[in-house]
Amino acid sequence: MSTEGLDADVSPPIPMAVTESRKVIYRHPLPIRIMHWINVIALTLMLFSGLQIFNAHPSLYWGNRSDEGTEILALDARKDAAGNLVGVTHIGKHEFTTTGVLGVSSGKDGNPQVRGFPSWLTVPGPQWLAMGRRWHFFFAWVFVLNGLCYVGYAVATRHLQRDLWPTGADWRGIGRSIVDHLRFKHPHGEEALRYNILQRLAYLTVIFVFGVGIVLMGLAMSPRMDAVLSPMVEAVGGRQSARTIHFIIAWGFVVFVLIHLFEVLISGVFNQLRGMITGYFAINTTPINTSTPSEDTPSEDVPSESAPTEERPHD
Amino acid sequence: MTDRRSFLHMAIVGAAGILVAGCDRISQTVWGPKVLGKAEGLNRRVQALLSPSSSMAKEYTEADISAVFHPNGTTMPTTPAYQALMANHFRDYKLQVDGLVSRPAMLSIEDLKGLDVHTQITRHDCVEGWSAIGKWQGTLLSAVLDHVGVDPRARFVMFHCFDDMEEDTPYYESIDIAEARHPQTLLAFALNGKPLPVPNGAPLRLRIGRQLGYKQAKYLARIELVDSFEDIGDGQGGYWEDQGYEWYAGI
Repeated sequence: MSTEGLDADVSPPIPMAVTESRKVIYRHPLPIRIMHWINVIALTLMLFSGLQIFNAHPSLYWGNRSDEGTEILALDARKDAAGNLVGVTHIGKHEFTTTGVLGVSSGKDGNPQVRGFPSWLTVPGPQWLAMGRRWHFFFAWVFVLNGLCYVGYAVATRHLQRDLWPTGADWRGIGRSIVDHLRFKHPHGEEALRYNILQRLAYLTVIFVFGVGIVLMGLAMSPRMDAVLSPMVEAVGGRQSARTIHFIIAWGFVVFVLIHLFEVLISGVFNQLRGMITGYFAINTTPINTSTPSEDTPSEDVPSESAPTEERPHD
Repeated sequence: MTDRRSFLHMAIVGAAGILVAGCDRISQTVWGPKVLGKAEGLNRRVQALLSPSSSMAKEYTEADISAVFHPNGTTMPTTPAYQALMANHFRDYKLQVDGLVSRPAMLSIEDLKGLDVHTQITRHDCVEGWSAIGKWQGTLLSAVLDHVGVDPRARFVMFHCFDDMEEDTPYYESIDIAEARHPQTLLAFALNGKPLPVPNGAPLRLRIGRQLGYKQAKYLARIELVDSFEDIGDGQGGYWEDQGYEWYAGI
């Protein structure tokens, strides 16, 4: 089964009988696949248990102190004239009513409850800080050890240097890559095996800025670690600043994952999923249409409806 | 479009709900919290390695002090013993020090002021996430331990408090000897230059520079040196520990 429809490829015409051929490539080695899925589990549970911990004091500050009235963000509750609970989200001086999701949401019994994030976003569901901390610190170790294994593996196998570190050509093609992404255009041939510049930058940022940053900001909240990390803690503004940054990076991960999932969805979800589960990824090696060899960009109709594919959802 | 959106919304909430429900079931088992709790020992050992027992908590300046030092937990113990002491402005207060010591003692605040007194401006970090900075004045716990003479069998210092968390369940805490001997571990009797206010633990509370707030027991009644805390409370070393919080509160 073809993974795609008409794709005017950029590669020069091959002087042989031109037929569409599909090549299955062993793309993601086992260790990468295992580490990827461990990371999925660890990040998910850290996010959910992190929101549980956040709910114990659902406000963020800058500096070292949590002085009342200096909240940057606060998920609050108040009662309206009729005595109903109203969820209020404060961001700086701005105020939003967020009943049902932030500040006030329904508990297990269905009644409105005062809580920062709703119970379907926290582990455990009910307010239970001690248990949230257990989940969080356990999976913090899973996340850190898995991340160290990944970086070690990526350096040793040159995956990092070869596939993730941008080349000069990558940098020169950044404008084109941005345009391609905005038009949801993805290569299907050999080119699909290579990470493009935006992918490289995204992965490097997530690993070395988000990953390293969130762990350091987590450690900056530990009073024992602060005895040796206080220069770093003060450099970011203080312990409460570290807590705020930790929270922001956590949502940075969420944004990354959403974009990542979106890209997977539009670039052949089954092929991509199979690639990360079995390792095998299919590409098209031979162009169907060789009539436009000199054209620099693939034709417009790549993602068109007239080229139904197995990989794209039908709506 | 709205149909699709509400379907997507339901799918996300549903998937998250299944995940949360699964985790809740694990949280209710005996083995789940035990396995997850393995991280505590790892945290304690690795943190001790990275931040040795001699490492010092940052000390701040007068300008950094919180205008209001937020009191948390008990803010007014209701036990008759405490009420009686408070009625007399704690003039009759004596800290009982006993257990595995050579010279058990009853120490008044004046007695404590006669030992090695330190003043420090340090940050207090609550397990809930907030922080406050205060200037604490108090007697080095180490000096009190020397005063009573610690038996070499003693491994932990227990802090028994006046405040009841539930009926007949007084607050209590414990730290190991190394933490007790740390130069920033104080029995504090003053906050920001004034006698310790009742909401903050009058007349005497524990201050530890490198652990979370729940370790820093308020309303101290008695200090006991022990070799094990298995038989005290529910055996986890403190009131909150008995509720599932970590004994090691360095993170």
